[in-house]
Amino acid sequence: MTARPEALRRRLVLSAPQREMRASASPFQRSDGGLAAILGGAALHEIYAAAGADAPAAAAFALLAGLSQSPRLIWARQVLLDLELGCPAPHGLAELGLDPSAVVLVRARDAAEALQAGFDAARRRIAQTVLIEMIGPARAYDLTASRRLVFAAQKTGVGVFIARSDALPAPSAATTRWRVRAAISQSQAANAPGAPSFALELLRRRNGREGLNLLVEWSREARSFVLREHLVGSGKRGDACTSLSGPLVSVSADGTSNVDGYIPDRRAG
Amino acid sequence: MLTATFPIAAPVEAPLALVGRESGILTLTAVDARGHELGLRTGMTLAAARARIPALHVEPENVEANTALLRRLADMCETFTPLVALAPPDGLMLDISGCAHLFGGEARLRRDVSEKTTGFGLTTCAVVAGTPDAARALARQGRNDVVPPGADYKETTALPVSVLELGPERTLALMRAGLTLLGDLTSRPSRLLSARFGEDVTMRLRRVVGEQDVRLTALRPAPDIMAERRFVEPISLLESLISALQALAQEIAGRLEQRGRGGRRFEAVFVRADGFVRRIALETAQPARDPESLLRLLRLRLDALSDPLDPGFGFDAIRLSVLASEPLPARQTELDGRESEDADFGELVDSLIARFGGDRVLRFEARETHDPTRAGCVRSAAAAGASTVWPQPEEGGAPARPLTLFDPPQAIVATAEVPDGPPLQFTWRRMQHRVVYAEGPERIAAEWWRSHAPTRDYYRVENAHGRRFWLFRLGLYEREPNVPRWYIHGLFA
Repeated sequence: MTARPEALRRRLVLSAPQREMRASASPFQRSDGGLAAILGGAALHEIYAAAGADAPAAAAFALLAGLSQSPRLIWARQVLLDLELGCPAPHGLAELGLDPSAVVLVRARDAAEALQAGFDAARRRIAQTVLIEMIGPARAYDLTASRRLVFAAQKTGVGVFIARSDALPAPSAATTRWRVRAAISQSQAANAPGAPSFALELLRRRNGREGLNLLVEWSREARSFVLREHLVGSGKRGDACTSLSGPLVSVSADGTSNVDGYIPDRRAG
Repeated sequence: MLTATFPIAAPVEAPLALVGRESGILTLTAVDARGHELGLRTGMTLAAARARIPALHVEPENVEANTALLRRLADMCETFTPLVALAPPDGLMLDISGCAHLFGGEARLRRDVSEKTTGFGLTTCAVVAGTPDAARALARQGRNDVVPPGADYKETTALPVSVLELGPERTLALMRAGLTLLGDLTSRPSRLLSARFGEDVTMRLRRVVGEQDVRLTALRPAPDIMAERRFVEPISLLESLISALQALAQEIAGRLEQRGRGGRRFEAVFVRADGFVRRIALETAQPARDPESLLRLLRLRLDALSDPLDPGFGFDAIRLSVLASEPLPARQTELDGRESEDADFGELVDSLIARFGGDRVLRFEARETHDPTRAGCVRSAAAAGASTVWPQPEEGGAPARPLTLFDPPQAIVATAEVPDGPPLQFTWRRMQHRVVYAEGPERIAAEWWRSHAPTRDYYRVENAHGRRFWLFRLGLYEREPNVPRWYIHGLFA
């Protein structure tokens, strides 16, 4: 039996993340803590906003993760989000170092339509990423829907990201599940806000290590995430969450702490 | 030319009349055949009609419904000729030049049209004549036949002057002058008629008697390329329709390929046995002619219809036409396969458009302006735009523009340390935010050639939870009259 080269390549890509992670046992060996490897390839990634106000951070993280890996992106977005978070602004994308012309935006009336658009796009074997942005509880997004998306992604090699806000994680077939919140940025000169920063928590990962906490910053020049802090939590609050050097406070290991816990004790300057 | 006029349907018992309000008085706008027999005429006041026939059944006139019916009939008549024009209030004009032989001659065609409209329960008069106005005038006089070639002048000059539709005053004036028939007018010098009764009398006269032939302005322009299938028996199965559509798509693809073009807008027309016509438009983001993908898009479109295709008693005919096309050279694949990748992506976008509609599948475009509310815009992915050049961000800084923008900006309550400094804290959506980092102001004035809106001072701020906002203060302290107000315009990543 001869395996088709594409199939072989895909299988290699699928198994790549684990190898990458093993290689990067120490976060200092890789600038992004193996994030690109975890988020890469043919898989379904769920990104939950930790709180309603973190929805822009969750969507932006999914968008950046998607567009940093592929030349094109299909962005299916619920219309309701335009009221809650505003309409996507192309110049904001350009400011993040991305090409707004590479994005096709689908305005979906509800979650079911957004998922349908995402599924349509994921079924095509094209170098692209699919981002489905939803708000609120979505009955349409259940185990079956996620399974369909995973199958489509694995068949075509397309990466699918689902960004959700005001929703609680429910059982699904997703490859990884993240909880994202906005993190205090590293201030530039004169107390100006710095580059976009995200506090990530890996809630779940198929065939991989879970409970990973990362504090990353988006680097426009490198077009990738750069690790700011890497805390390996063992799951219990109060465990040794060694804070690495940096101007910011550490993130709690399990992410259960209130977001208020992020108030820095000093202003960086 | 062929004109059909249709008075309202036959009555049951008492005569039926429709009334409309004309300068405050209820007048009859339509009378059925029985009422006509009893001496009722359109234009009569309702009071006069009731005095004659107390049992008269009266319904209010519905102009919209009349127009809708007329348009539906026009759609149905497109099976006879692509050039159909409305002749309000109750007529249709069909340009049958070059079409009559397909139906076995003008007489057969006229009979077909009459039969089809009679099938709707309408009483119609249909006339075939040399020019549209002659046919219309004859049909309005109740004629129902074909005017032999060359006999237009003879037939029309015997008509009364009322067919010129000049309005009651001028018609009466003509009658008083002893000019009752069109023949009386044609025998007189047109100069005198124009001077006495107005310029348009001679113009209308020339048109009706066939001295001037005006082209019809069709309801819909004839498509570039069209393919049609008529069925011996009405079909209602979706699968049979799809296979017929496949044949049509192949035919169209062949003709597009011959011309080296690809279609951007397509239309599938389903003609139901009862004359109801359903049009389904299809737009593509790039010129397309591959029959397979065309058929796939059509299927998607049919699946996504909010109001599904209702076969009723089956479809008589289906038509597939190309409404707009663009040059599309034969596709060649580059060695690195890039070309096909782009084309595949285009196909994906097309399928999304077919499912969700062109106004909901969007691409970003930049406008040449400094005003952030107008700088970026979305356009339908179906409208092909030139690739936009986006401003390059400055080296080494944080993003200066937010990822999402509120339209319109939302009002917030903010307090600043000094009047023209960044806010210390602000309240938005009942939440208080303490500002930790702030940068600004970035002063952006309105485009003075568009509006006189006050200047905006923009600040990028970050709150204690790491959420980043784009705020602005509308108006300058002491320089612009209004008290400055604060707004939130966008959210950063």
